Amino acid sequence: MVKFISGKYYLIAPKPNIIVINMCGIIGVIDRTMSRMDGSSIKEALSLMDERGSGEGAGYVAYGIYPDYADCYAIHVFFDNLLEPKTRVDEILKQWGRVVYQEEIPTYEQPDLKREHIPWRYFFKPYTDLMVGTKNPDDDNVKRLVMNINANVEGALIFSSGKDLGVFKASGWPEDVANFYRIEDYKGYIWLAHNRYPTNTSGWWGGAHPFNLLDWSVVHNGEITSYGTNRRYVEGHGYQCTMLTDTEVVAYLFDLLGRRHGLTSEMVVEALAPPFWDEIDEMPEKQQELMRAIRLTYGPALMNGPFAIVVATNDGIVGFSDRIKLRPLVAGENGSRLYISSEEAAIRTMDPDVETIYMPRAGEPVVGRVVE
Amino acid sequence: MQVEPLVIDVKGMHYTPLNKQIRAAVASGVREIVLNNVLGQRFIANGLRGDVRITVNGVPGGDLGMFMSGPECEVFGDAEHAPGNTMDSGTLVIHGSAGDAVAHSMRGGSVFVKGNIGYRGGIHMKEYEDKRPILAIGGTSHAFLGEYMAGGLILVLGIGHDPAVRDRGIGSGIHGGEIVIRGDVSERLLGVGAMKVEFTEEDLERISPVIKEFCERFDLDPSKFLDTHYCRIVPSSSRPFAGKYTWE
Repeated sequence: MVKFISGKYYLIAPKPNIIVINMCGIIGVIDRTMSRMDGSSIKEALSLMDERGSGEGAGYVAYGIYPDYADCYAIHVFFDNLLEPKTRVDEILKQWGRVVYQEEIPTYEQPDLKREHIPWRYFFKPYTDLMVGTKNPDDDNVKRLVMNINANVEGALIFSSGKDLGVFKASGWPEDVANFYRIEDYKGYIWLAHNRYPTNTSGWWGGAHPFNLLDWSVVHNGEITSYGTNRRYVEGHGYQCTMLTDTEVVAYLFDLLGRRHGLTSEMVVEALAPPFWDEIDEMPEKQQELMRAIRLTYGPALMNGPFAIVVATNDGIVGFSDRIKLRPLVAGENGSRLYISSEEAAIRTMDPDVETIYMPRAGEPVVGRVVE
Repeated sequence: MQVEPLVIDVKGMHYTPLNKQIRAAVASGVREIVLNNVLGQRFIANGLRGDVRITVNGVPGGDLGMFMSGPECEVFGDAEHAPGNTMDSGTLVIHGSAGDAVAHSMRGGSVFVKGNIGYRGGIHMKEYEDKRPILAIGGTSHAFLGEYMAGGLILVLGIGHDPAVRDRGIGSGIHGGEIVIRGDVSERLLGVGAMKVEFTEEDLERISPVIKEFCERFDLDPSKFLDTHYCRIVPSSSRPFAGKYTWE
């Protein structure tokens, strides 16, 4: 006779209280046909990687969640209180555009999650004629006010500012943060999620991932040791780093290179994680010329250190790792869906029927784009 | 007395109660354990000692068989990072592919992977007297295979891959042991401190038991692999970084 023991009594995993290895957990998914998924499966997938975090930061971003306000910038703000900071933010927004609708983001108390801020959202239409010297005045208007508010308004932090998308994050375990915002109530065609194990700076709500500016959202496992150089570079182009951790700079680099300089996502990755010079030497002449130009032009954007990153924008996601692969990254495909994660098991948790699983080569981007 | 095999449905289970159950079972004399619906559970069979066979159906989490001493663990699925981490003795058989740092710091026993492995396979494997760990891979490996390797054997058959390995940094910082790769390996893929030498008939004689066991495990025909069409990579010195960190 065979003895069967059911594991169902252990469905609620004990929270790890001693962790000796530092790491973060990331997972992202895109449905290329823009069919929308609710947040329940990515919550399960991220929670499977609880071990990769320390309960000090988790977050989610979803694209396509605000169809009723799809033409508005969804501005998510952490307020310390709804008095002075909110009055200041209201004033700035009313100066630079029109608030179509605003409300407190619905949240649900969780026993293990301490409410440090009040999450609020505005649906905002910027006045286009206020910005000059740009091809996308709306985006630059919003970028400018995000930088202004985050640097100058005490007690307010804009952590999400794109159209028809929203970041939901806090200090806590993946499942607690998901339940706090009830992310299963949102439906998106792109989702990114992150479980943080803070190493160089402390965990706080603003330091949880994803980091977002306009359409760009970033989740990151690792550390960017070139942060100082990268930060000086973006600050020279009108960005201000206010989140007290390195990943923020990646969102600004993508906005600068991808939106303002018009590089494709693949080219941005070549600039941030370029091939080694000896690899460039072996490329065909035309490609060599291009890669040399990228490396010379974007030297200060090159990122050093261990990292695995997934970046989303409204028409796709891109995943990549540092050039010598010091952090894990696997990809999975199932029909119209592309998954990118730290762990294969997380992908299989989201999609038990995933067809292929593969490990992208270091520094080479994995791209999933929506098909029109 | 014949002890019945133990079958556990692992779905949704955390690794701590799972490993406690496995250890209790082994202590009570169970010789065969089957784990079903495994998905992401880390540290399975960690530090486990004894004569037991564990079948893992699914995708186990990282560090499968870490510090394990003696058991045999067969995975019908892929494995995540570092299966065989600091393993002391015993066998891991993985019927899929595996993640980064496979056989990390392994001290003895064998790890067989039918598919591919990620980056830094066999990093810091070591050997001592009769303890000589083996990492054998059917497919290909990503970069930095055998990084800082101090002992043991890494074998890459490259089935379905030509060349068998195309990523850089093979044997980066190697100062003991050997890496044997099917076919030729481009000189530019060798890491600092690694050197290519001829694979001789004597080498084949020494390594053929490993090739045969690998093929037997995965039901492959060994005859096509029993020739000298391999490349052998060994340390160029026992202290590749002597001049980098110290002055004599």
